[in-house]
Parts: sequence; structure tokens; C-alpha cells
Amino acid sequence: MSIREDHNRFRDIVKGKVKEDLRKYVSQGEMIGKREDEFVKIPLPRIDIPNFRYGPKQQGGVGQGEGQQGQDVGEPGEGGQGQAGEAPGEHLLEVELSLEELADILGEKLQLPNIQPKGHKNIDSVKTKFTGLAPVGPEGLRHFKSSYKRALKRMVGSGTYNPEDPLVLPIRRDMQYKSFKKVTKPQTQAVVIYMMDVSGSMGDEQKEIVRLESFWINTWLKKHYKGLETRFIIHDAAAKEVDEDTFFRTSESGGTLISSAYKLCQEIIEKDYPVQDWNIYPFHFSDGDNWSGEDTRLCVKLLQDFFLPNCNVFSYGQVESKYGSGQFLKDLQKEFGEDDRLTLSQIENRDKILDSIKDFLGKGR
Amino acid sequence: MANLTPELEAERKKICKIAKDAGLDFFETIFELITYDQINQFAAYGGFPVRYPHWKFGMEYEHLSKSYEYGLSKIYEMVINTDPCYAYLMEGNAMMDQKLVMAHVYGHCDFFKNNIWFSKTNRKMMDQMANHATRIRRYMDRYGYDVVENFIDVCLSLENLIDRYSPYVEKSVVKSESPQAEANPNYLLRVDRSYMRDYINPPSFVAEQKKKAEDEAAQKASRFPQEPEKDVLKFFLHYAPLTDWQQDVLSIIRDEAYYFSPQGMTKTMNEGWASYWHSHLMTTKILNDSEIIDFADHHSGTMAMAPNGYNPYKVGIELFRDIEERWNKGQFGREWEECDDVRERKHWDKRLNLGREKIFEVRKVCNDVTFIDQFLTEDFCVRNKLFVYRFNKKTNKFEIDTKDFKAIKAQLLFHMTNFGQPIIRIEDANFENRGELLLTHLHEGIDMQPDFMSETLKNVFKMWKRPVNIATIMDETPQLFRFDGKEYTTHNLGQESASAESKEESSHS
Repeated sequence: MSIREDHNRFRDIVKGKVKEDLRKYVSQGEMIGKREDEFVKIPLPRIDIPNFRYGPKQQGGVGQGEGQQGQDVGEPGEGGQGQAGEAPGEHLLEVELSLEELADILGEKLQLPNIQPKGHKNIDSVKTKFTGLAPVGPEGLRHFKSSYKRALKRMVGSGTYNPEDPLVLPIRRDMQYKSFKKVTKPQTQAVVIYMMDVSGSMGDEQKEIVRLESFWINTWLKKHYKGLETRFIIHDAAAKEVDEDTFFRTSESGGTLISSAYKLCQEIIEKDYPVQDWNIYPFHFSDGDNWSGEDTRLCVKLLQDFFLPNCNVFSYGQVESKYGSGQFLKDLQKEFGEDDRLTLSQIENRDKILDSIKDFLGKGR
Repeated sequence: MANLTPELEAERKKICKIAKDAGLDFFETIFELITYDQINQFAAYGGFPVRYPHWKFGMEYEHLSKSYEYGLSKIYEMVINTDPCYAYLMEGNAMMDQKLVMAHVYGHCDFFKNNIWFSKTNRKMMDQMANHATRIRRYMDRYGYDVVENFIDVCLSLENLIDRYSPYVEKSVVKSESPQAEANPNYLLRVDRSYMRDYINPPSFVAEQKKKAEDEAAQKASRFPQEPEKDVLKFFLHYAPLTDWQQDVLSIIRDEAYYFSPQGMTKTMNEGWASYWHSHLMTTKILNDSEIIDFADHHSGTMAMAPNGYNPYKVGIELFRDIEERWNKGQFGREWEECDDVRERKHWDKRLNLGREKIFEVRKVCNDVTFIDQFLTEDFCVRNKLFVYRFNKKTNKFEIDTKDFKAIKAQLLFHMTNFGQPIIRIEDANFENRGELLLTHLHEGIDMQPDFMSETLKNVFKMWKRPVNIATIMDETPQLFRFDGKEYTTHNLGQESASAESKEESSHS
């Protein structure tokens, strides 16, 4: 059908628009709010064709019902009998994009390299999958319901069906059999472990930045690893594992011991994710304040001995805040210099999220 | 082509006969049974199976399918104005719904065939649309998809700049050089008796008037176009610097705009007429007892009118019923108009039974504007609880503004004139003597939406390829907006040009 062509064309235009304005979408987080499992809804203003028209606010209209002068009638166009297609383009367009499409857009915009999963951890699994129906097959795989449905359709269509005597006789042509395929699936397993500093100095804005950034990182990694696992750790002076919701909402006060989070992270990896089978992505976000130089040295040691050799890449994002000193990033820079296995990124504000994502994911590890 | 099931076909025959017996007169109507996905596709294409490739159809399709999948809306009926008429039934609808749709469709078909505003439409549009699609595809193959698509975007952006009444005006060619006009120029005063001639039109007066007329003619001749042109697309077809394929694409868009135009001009009447007949035929002839509740449910759903939305089905059907009743009872004419006695008016019944005849006449000659103008009455507005709502800047809400009859009528007529779109015409194609284009917006109290206007003006530039200007009123100030290919600028039009404009206005009328 030719509408498919037009529809695809429209989808391409939408994707192009999203790509154009990606920075805006990334920093505003509009789409995350409208997330529905595999889809995000994106409000797209002004994709429709412009023409000379009246402004709606001045126009008013004729309505019907009870009520006196001054009574609120609500926004025109809501409710009522909206004749579909009568006034195309008058709605603010909200389009759905799958996370996969979104990841593609992100990848194209930032020119991200595809991730090379750790080579030897590719496990191929072969599965038999029933994929559809076929007109031939072994009798054992006969699909009763659809065979009889087809028979019924044929009889109704040809006028031989008699409702008084509802006898359905399938002939050879009506038969349907389950068909199957052997699917080979390369299985790469991956886990992302997010760690966040929730000490008093991390405000709501900082957490929002972390939230937006982790959404996009997840989107990108999901494209490369089906069944991506995510774990969340929050820490102040002590660390604990939490669920996603708590991760973004909790606010604690008090000191900051970054090493506590790294230790917990190490424990989780050692317990659940044998490093030879898993692609591991730890992300740590904080405002750069640490309790003491000694604790920083402990962190460096943990990184050197455990994380860097065992993880694909360890990422540290420093969110600028009014109270943080930003020292931790400098310490890490001094200690590791240009190490491919460690990514450091500084996120000054929302507008820098996109650049920071590029920092994190630009290495293709 | 028809692929109805035997049951549906039997119903169709029955309903077709009932409709004919009731006096409806329509082209042969072919019903097709299609799936919801197909119906969404056809609806996105404006009812046609094939259109030229363009993403706007894809957008419409996405919107329709989403609304359907989320259960927000469902298209029950679709019918195309062609000969024979094509109409679609959706697979899986209940039998009662299908009957309702068929009855409704026969109403539309009767309207298409008999309403005078449809008399100029191409009844073979199905083929025409397919031809358009082929031509545009050919251009896309030759000149590139994006190039042609971008140009279509520009054309569609200006698609509403047509003269909706022009197809009905028979241009009478009156040559001003005709000898009779020469001998008796219209600037001279009328002389009935020849001996009075020199007294009524003394030579000095004649000379003066003649000079004035010549000046005027010269001024007019130097203007281009001589008269302001409402059919902007036609003007571009003739005078804009377009390549052959661009001209052809523009003419295609224009043809299709003119084809769809009468449907916009008669929306209320057309839906009202079809609803009147489905309601009448279903309740008197077609329904069986078990279906009446479902019918009532469906019918009232279609007729529902929200406080913030105009429903053409509802207003249309009620007006037709009102007309029928008034002409049955003789509630028209001078005697009726002059009667002030409430009780007398209430019981007014001359038993003329002219109602049916009258509504058939109305469906033949009216369009929405004349329909509302002639037949909307104060009684009707009160009975149907109509009101005007407006945006209140203080409360930032849409609120009921007034229930005054005149205001309601004015509001409705405003929405229907030019299909609720601003009237814009080409005033001067050699503006400032620099080959610039000047458009004027006949401002009727409502400003245009500024962001859309600026974007559209940029598209006008793409057509004309010289700086373009539009004169309008924005925030109660006459302003000139200009786009020269790089910059979008605004000039306040001072007092003098405002008065010049109004002078021009009066000379036109």
C-alpha cells in the first residue's frame, strides 16, 4: 500500500526534526516524562505546513449548552465530536518513537561508534521459534482455530454457509500449520551500575541532570545489549543499593565517602556478574566533593586494582553544584591522565548533557 | 468492485430502494467493505485510493490510526463525490451501524449530485487523482524526490489562497471599447431629452470628467494586476518564474484544492442533510425493533455538541428539521415576521405542508453561508441553547460571551465565509516599482497567527523569488510585513497609508 511510503517518509521527517533539536529534547527531558515501556512520546510543534490562518485565541466560536455569560467552556477542540480528519494539523503533534529509533538518532547526531562487546563473551544460543502460519506442514502442527476460521470465511463468502445448520467443512486450501524457524541469537550480557552521590550538596537540579543523562545512556546501551540490566547505588558516607525510583528521589545529608559506593559496586559485580561473561558499565555521578584525601586515594586504588581491568569502561560524571569543590575529578585526572578505560566528564548544566553523553559513549567500548 | 457479503448486499438493495422512494436522487453508489487500516488509509488520502506521494498523508494516517487504536475515534462512513459514488463500510461493524452508514451515504450522494455548488466539480476525480499521482511521481523520478517534495510543501502552504466562488462566475466579456459605451460614456450624467444635453453636461464638465476618467483608466492600466486577484495560485501559475514541472505541480495542487472546496463550503448542510435522511429513513423504514436502542445511542453520539465545539451534524440536521416544520406550518413570509404575539406564534399552523418541498429546494441552491443567513432564526438559537464563546484574556480561559442572536449568526457566518480562513489577495505585483509582490489581508477584526504568517510569507517568496510583502492589521495597527529572502521585517503603516487603503476599499465596492 502506498500509504506506507508516505508514512515512512513522515517518520523520517519526524526523526530528522528530533535529531535537529536533540539538544533541546535532551536537556528538557520532555520525552522521559511521557515514557511508556518501549516508546517515548515526543511533542513536535510546527511540523505541519504553515498557511495564512487566524489566531485561535481571538477567534472564539459557537457552542451549545446551559450556562450563563462568563462560564468556562474549556479549550476548543477538546472533547465533543471531533470529526476525524476534518481539520488536519490543528492538534499539537505528538509522535511516538521507539527507544531503538531514539538510540539511532542519538548515535547519528553524536556520531557515536558502535560498541564492541568484549569479544570472547559472545555466546550463541539457538532457539526454535514458532513464527507464523503456513499452508503446508505436518498434521501434528495443524492450527485448528485459524484453519476453521478460514473455512468459515470461505463458506460465508461463497454463500454456502447456513446459520441454521452451522456445519464448517475445511478443505485442503483452508488448512493452516504452525511454521517455525531456527533463530541463532548472539547473547551478549551487559549490566550498567549507576552510583550517585546523594549527600546534602547534590540538589534537585543536579539529580535531574543525572536522571536525564542516565536515560540517554540506557537508551544507547539497550540498543547494543538486549536485556540490559541496571543496578542503582546511592551513597553519602555509606552506600546502599536501591531501586530506580528511590535512586532519583532520595536526598540525604551528611558527608561523602565515595569509596563506600565503589566497594559496594565491587561486591555486586563479584557476586552477580562474573567479569568474563559480562560487559560491565559502572557510572558514577557526584559533585566532586569527597570527605578526605585518604578516601580519594582508596578510590584510586579500587579503580586501579579492580574496576579498570574488569569493566568495559568506568565513567565518572561530575555535576557542577554550588557547594561542591569539584576536587575529585582533578584528582582522578592527575592520577590516570589519558586512560582509555576511564572516562571523565564534567557536566556544568543541562545544556552540556549531550556533550557529556558524547564523552561517555564516544569511545565505543 | 463491490465486495459486500450477501447479507449486506440485500440490505443495500433494500435501503437504496427506500431512499429512492423517499425522493432522493443520486448517482449509482458502490459500497466497498474494507478493514479499519484501509479506511484509515483512504481517509488520510481524503477518500481516494491513490494520491500523489506526500508526507502529510502519512502524518494524517498516523494520527488516524493512533486515534483508532486508542479508541478515541473511529471513522464510520466515508463517501467520495464522483460518478459513480464510492463509499466505504468498515469490516466488523455491527449490522445496524452498516445500515445507518448506508442510509447516511445515500443522503450525501443525493447532495453531491443535486447541490448547485457541486455542479462544477470533476465527477471523474478518482481517475484525475491517479493521473496527478503519476505525473508527480514522474517528476520525482526525473528531478529528485526532495526537490519535488519541497516544492509541493510550498504549494500546499498556499493552497487555501484560491477564489472559492470563481468556478461559479461566468465571466461576461464586456469590452469597454464598444461603440455604444464610447458614445455614451458612463461619467456623463443621464440625459433624457436631447435638447437638454449641453445644459446637463456642459463642455467644460465633459472635459473635466473625461480627463478624470482617462487618468483613472491610465492608473488602473499601469497597475498589475488591474484588479486585486483572489486566486493567488492562478496568478502564480501565469506570472511566477516557475519551470514547466513546477507549473504542472502547482496546477495539480490548485485543481485538487478546487475539487475539495465545495465540501468545505457545504459542510454543515451536507452533514445535516445526510443526518436528516439517515434519521428519517432508519426510524420509519429500515430499523427493526431490536436495533432501535443501538441506533439511538449511535445517533445521539454523532449529534452531541460540546459547549466548546461546533458540530455541523447537529446544527445541520436541526436547521433542516426547523425549515421543514416552518414551511409545513406556514411560519414564513411577511405576516409571520410581523407577528409579535407570542401565543399566536406558538400555535401558528396554516397546514401548508410545504416543508419537504422546501428542504429539497434548500439542498439544491444553498451553501453554508446562505443556509445560515436565510434560515437561522432567533427562536432556533434559543431553542438549541446556542451561544458564542470567546477567549477571555483576564481569566486565560474560553468563556461564554453572549447568547445574542445577532452575535451567534455573525460568528457562524464568519466561520463559514471563505471556510473560516483569512481573505488574502494580490494587490500589486510591481510593488514600489521593483517587481515586488504586495498581498493584502482584508482584515475583519481578527488578526492572523503571526508565526504561521511569517512562515507562509517565506513560502510565497519561494514562489515569487522577489521580495514579498503582506499588508494586514496586527494588534490594531496596520502593518506591512516583508520578507526579502533573508530578512523578515515589519513596518508600521502610518495614518496616511491607512486612509489610502480605506479609500481604495470604497472605490472597489
